[in-house]
Amino acid sequence: MADRLYVGTHKGLFELARGNGGWEIVDVRFLGDPVSAVLADGDGSVYATLDLGHFGAKLWRRDNAGAWSEVAVPVFPQKPAESADDPHPWSLGKIWVLEPGGVPGRLWAGTMPGGLFRSDDGGESWSLSEALWHMPERRQWFGVAGGEQPGINSVLIDPRNPSDIRVGVSCAGLWASTDTGASWQIINQGMYNEYMPPERREDPIVQDIHLLSRCVAHPEIVWCQHHNGVFRSENAGANWYELTAIRPSKFGFAVAAHPHDPNTVWFVPAVKDERRVAVDGKVAVARTRDGGASFEVLREGLPQHHAYDLVWRHALAVDETGERLAFGSTSGGLWTSEDGGDSWTMPDARLPPIAVVRFAPE
Amino acid sequence: MPTVSFTSALQRFLPAPTTQVAGGTVGEALGAVFASRPALRGYVLDDQGALRRHVAVYVNGQPLRDRIGLADPVGPRDEIYVFQALSGG
Repeated sequence: MADRLYVGTHKGLFELARGNGGWEIVDVRFLGDPVSAVLADGDGSVYATLDLGHFGAKLWRRDNAGAWSEVAVPVFPQKPAESADDPHPWSLGKIWVLEPGGVPGRLWAGTMPGGLFRSDDGGESWSLSEALWHMPERRQWFGVAGGEQPGINSVLIDPRNPSDIRVGVSCAGLWASTDTGASWQIINQGMYNEYMPPERREDPIVQDIHLLSRCVAHPEIVWCQHHNGVFRSENAGANWYELTAIRPSKFGFAVAAHPHDPNTVWFVPAVKDERRVAVDGKVAVARTRDGGASFEVLREGLPQHHAYDLVWRHALAVDETGERLAFGSTSGGLWTSEDGGDSWTMPDARLPPIAVVRFAPE
Repeated sequence: MPTVSFTSALQRFLPAPTTQVAGGTVGEALGAVFASRPALRGYVLDDQGALRRHVAVYVNGQPLRDRIGLADPVGPRDEIYVFQALSGG
């Protein structure tokens, strides 16, 4: 099981190690700075992106020797005159998600305002996926409550084929490329968006995808926490059906697919959608083990009295075994499980609001 | 040559010493600083070269007028001060 856990918060990055006595914080970096994404890569590198309120988005990398250094951030090209009416800025807002590209040194960065960037040198340099950025349809993407700009929140790389990429966008559906980003098409069918005008509710491009998560061993299985509910796809994101058995609510942000079992997934439901707190003031995790036909509500070890924690989209993680999980909340709560979510414990810490939680691969 | 100074808040991330540089506008003066310290550019300007939304530039104690083109003129004795517009908590 993974024995390193990285927790990105509104006030810094916390590294936890699993010892005999449980999880302990062993390092604190960037104290005071908002961390927007974290990645512990398989080559031993650790990446942390900062969302500095005044000075913009930054990317730091820790090498195998443990030394942190600032590396390059993605930069948008000069905005041409013919794009003057583009509703979205051509300037990096923040890096929302970092994923390994399945090729040594390759990273993908999903950003606000909706640019997807690729690095082939561990973050030393970046190139914009021009095909996605220049699509006329991109101008229909719209901003989300977490920011005024649209954002790429999910990047799924097919573990069998690194040129096959799917990205989830708030708010713009699911876009797929089978040629390493040279061309893109929107593929999601079967979702609906309740807050849109009736004639647009089933339009793929208005779907408010909060997060996608894929079963590594069965990559055709993809799960989605959507603004309006939870969905499952059995053909890599093309067709979706809603899992109406979800409890205690269908709203939420986070989803984590079991790495091996195509029928197991975890969500952290919340009260929709203007309030955004734990249901009934009780923190709970929802788990299905039968593909979504039924859900268990897991509460053992989680606060059940006046707890108003919300769990953001990147703040739930499962390790490579599917047994060890962790999630963090807007109230700074951090919980870990060793038994697939049956029970949870909290490290001895009061953390800042948590944006992202990730295990290091073994 | 105009003098360019940076807030101490930047020093937490990277060196940003006070320097005298050539330039007839704020943009030219900042450009001269960034030519020798390229990592500093992204902390002050956005991807299109405009001043970051939460960064302020004053010239001789007065706020910059052209935050997009940085075309405010400066003379040899002028002082350009770059600092953060406080926000958040």
